[in-house]
Amino acid sequence: MPAEPFRVLMVDLTRGRGEYINFGDKNEHLGGSGLAAALFAAYADVSAPALAPEQPLIFAIGPLTGCYPLMSKTVCAFKSPYNEQYAESHAGGRLALSLRFAGIDALVIRGRSPVLSALAVGIRRLDFVDVHFLRGFDVFTTGKQLRKLHRSGAGHRSTLRIGPAGENQVAYACINVDTYRHFGRLGSGAVMGAKNLKAIVIDGGKSLPAPAGKDYPDVFKAIYDQVVDSGMMKKYHDLGTPENLLALNELSALPWKNLQSTKEAAIENVSGEAFARDLLLRKAACAGCPVGCIHVGLLREKYAANNDYLYRQVSYDYEPLFADGTMLGITSASGILAVMDEIERQGVDCMSAGVALAWATEAAQKGAIGLAETIVPLAFDDVAGYREAVRHLGNRTNEFYRLLGQGTMVAAAQYKGEDYACVLGQEMSGYATGEVFYISQAMGVRHSHLDSGGYSYDQKHTDKDAVKAIDFLVADEADRVALTSMVSCLFARNVYTPETLGRALSAMGLSGMAENLGKAARNIQKLRWKNKIDCGFKPREVKIPKRFYEVTNWKGQADPAYLEELKTYYASRIEALVSA
Amino acid sequence: MKILRAPRVERCVGCDSCSLACARLVHKRISWTTAGIRITSSGGLSTGFEAKICLACDPAPCAAACPTGSYSQRKGGGVRVKPDVCIRCGACAKACPVDAIYIEPETNVPFVCLHCGRCVGFCPHQCLEMIDAPGTADAAVPVTDAAQEKEASHAG
Ligand code: SF4
Ligand code: SF4
Ligand code: SF4
Ligand code: SF4
Repeated sequence: MPAEPFRVLMVDLTRGRGEYINFGDKNEHLGGSGLAAALFAAYADVSAPALAPEQPLIFAIGPLTGCYPLMSKTVCAFKSPYNEQYAESHAGGRLALSLRFAGIDALVIRGRSPVLSALAVGIRRLDFVDVHFLRGFDVFTTGKQLRKLHRSGAGHRSTLRIGPAGENQVAYACINVDTYRHFGRLGSGAVMGAKNLKAIVIDGGKSLPAPAGKDYPDVFKAIYDQVVDSGMMKKYHDLGTPENLLALNELSALPWKNLQSTKEAAIENVSGEAFARDLLLRKAACAGCPVGCIHVGLLREKYAANNDYLYRQVSYDYEPLFADGTMLGITSASGILAVMDEIERQGVDCMSAGVALAWATEAAQKGAIGLAETIVPLAFDDVAGYREAVRHLGNRTNEFYRLLGQGTMVAAAQYKGEDYACVLGQEMSGYATGEVFYISQAMGVRHSHLDSGGYSYDQKHTDKDAVKAIDFLVADEADRVALTSMVSCLFARNVYTPETLGRALSAMGLSGMAENLGKAARNIQKLRWKNKIDCGFKPREVKIPKRFYEVTNWKGQADPAYLEELKTYYASRIEALVSA
Repeated sequence: MKILRAPRVERCVGCDSCSLACARLVHKRISWTTAGIRITSSGGLSTGFEAKICLACDPAPCAAACPTGSYSQRKGGGVRVKPDVCIRCGACAKACPVDAIYIEPETNVPFVCLHCGRCVGFCPHQCLEMIDAPGTADAAVPVTDAAQEKEASHAG
């Protein structure tokens, strides 16, 4: 069978032009993670800075996008301004289906627009709209204005936008997707900002023929039933991922106050149960996902004396509640939502911003920085102070916030606070489970807790067998790469076993891809690592800050010798993967 | 004759499982638009979702407007569709008072709900229900969440 290429829209913002090209081979690159990595290898200049205009900002969907439940994610790939390395970030919302029904397998954006612009794409449109008047607008106001600008267009749509942080190129500025989802980590928002691109609107008005016969609807139904009947609905829909707060606190694995502790009695006020009881307003879903894990909280704010209230809706998950909540020592649920609301407006990644401010708070406590740096006094549990600080972070008000916006470790190096910077490749995720998680995030290709199941490995294994642990991480990563090439939500990883994925692909008439899935996933895993190493990643130079050795984690105290063993063996596995 | 209603659409999470099911099972398409039901968020996602569906008019203005007989009156409300005589003029969509007919932009083919009920089982929150057309002998009022709440508060 001749290779079937992807349909890729290449946009050049400098010239205000776009071109559809055929790219790659579907059976080899699959889509999503694989397609994005291949496009990066083809179009990025690994030696040029991340924010150089010619660098590509890539959005890729996969062969099953929109065809089955939870095939609802888009992969964004770019050179990260945070670490100048290959980066991959995932988001849901309506973006994946909008791209599918716009007939676009991947959107690649290069160049820099002469004026602040919005890009609109769809089956019958490719517009570059001057939106200079939106400069400095926060994420929510930008969304409202965009809805007025783009009323027309058939079908459903997805809207991507950045806030002040993206425009100001904060190294962990995010891209907001359809209000409640994000390409969060590693600075995709700064890349958009460097391209002078405030927003992207994608109209998905196309309809595709379903494969003939009963196979496709039957496989769909079987997967759908499995999704809604399995424990998945309960786990992700009921309390959602915030159910972890209570559980991890109980296990001494929940980071509090810049990881000074991992268990606090104040958990009662900020648990997933407390949020559901007091603040949960409603739930929402990504398009194509019956689970509906998006929890939207109601933040009521008294703004004047005479019972004058305004309200905001803030979506919450485990990760932001940890980073903008317990990590900042905040002991009221509405206080956490208030900080998150400001973070959403500025358009910074909620995890990196929370962990960065947690470090700054401890640095202020220790006298390493003062009011000259922080402008507002920072103290754990001081919600008003944090809201103000987030605005300074987004606007890069002074040299201190400029450095903090480059990354916690950049500021920590300047102000001599590296020992207590909770950085594992990037600001930590909320799992103080032990050595395997620390190494998996510090060395993972995306520095994400989702690269592989290191946090769950810690909870299942107390032995210190580095070879076994790293072999698990590497194999688990390959399985996840298959999923994120489709592009599935990783919450569905128990449903989409390799066999189910194979059946799902075959029912779509993609049996060639189904047969090649395992091999292709391993090649993609390799290509992602190659992209990262080509950008200068040195696995042997990874450092675990002192704080991670000091604090009690789920397994007790981190063992430096075991961590070193894990690191050395993981580095050799990565090197072998890339050179194989 | 039963008709489709969305009596509990306040529960809707915007997953599009219903429209994808209609497209897949009724129209043999993969689509969130070429379907008898479409989910929209009129004021952005923070205002929640609404379902665009055929209200099963009797008489149906869309059928009256159709010049070819492609759309004709369905017993119990709504329309019967003969796709092969449709000339893609769009008159039906213009006549519908609730924007329930979707004109596919690439082909101009109109899509409308046939009140077959196949989407109902794919809604994870039971927003949708097939009910007897109002005015028919055994028509019952569908149970909405508001109605249930009232019952509950009277129970105590
Ligand atoms: S399509 Fe519109 S006009 Fe026709 S029966 Fe349904 S609601 Fe009435
Ligand atoms: S588009 Fe087709 S169904 Fe609609 S009015 Fe015209 S002929 Fe009738
Ligand atoms: S009742 Fe039938 S035709 Fe109407 S939306 Fe549901 S599946 Fe489609
Ligand atoms: S299936 Fe139900 S919850 Fe999902 S969009 Fe349709 S009506 Fe809403």
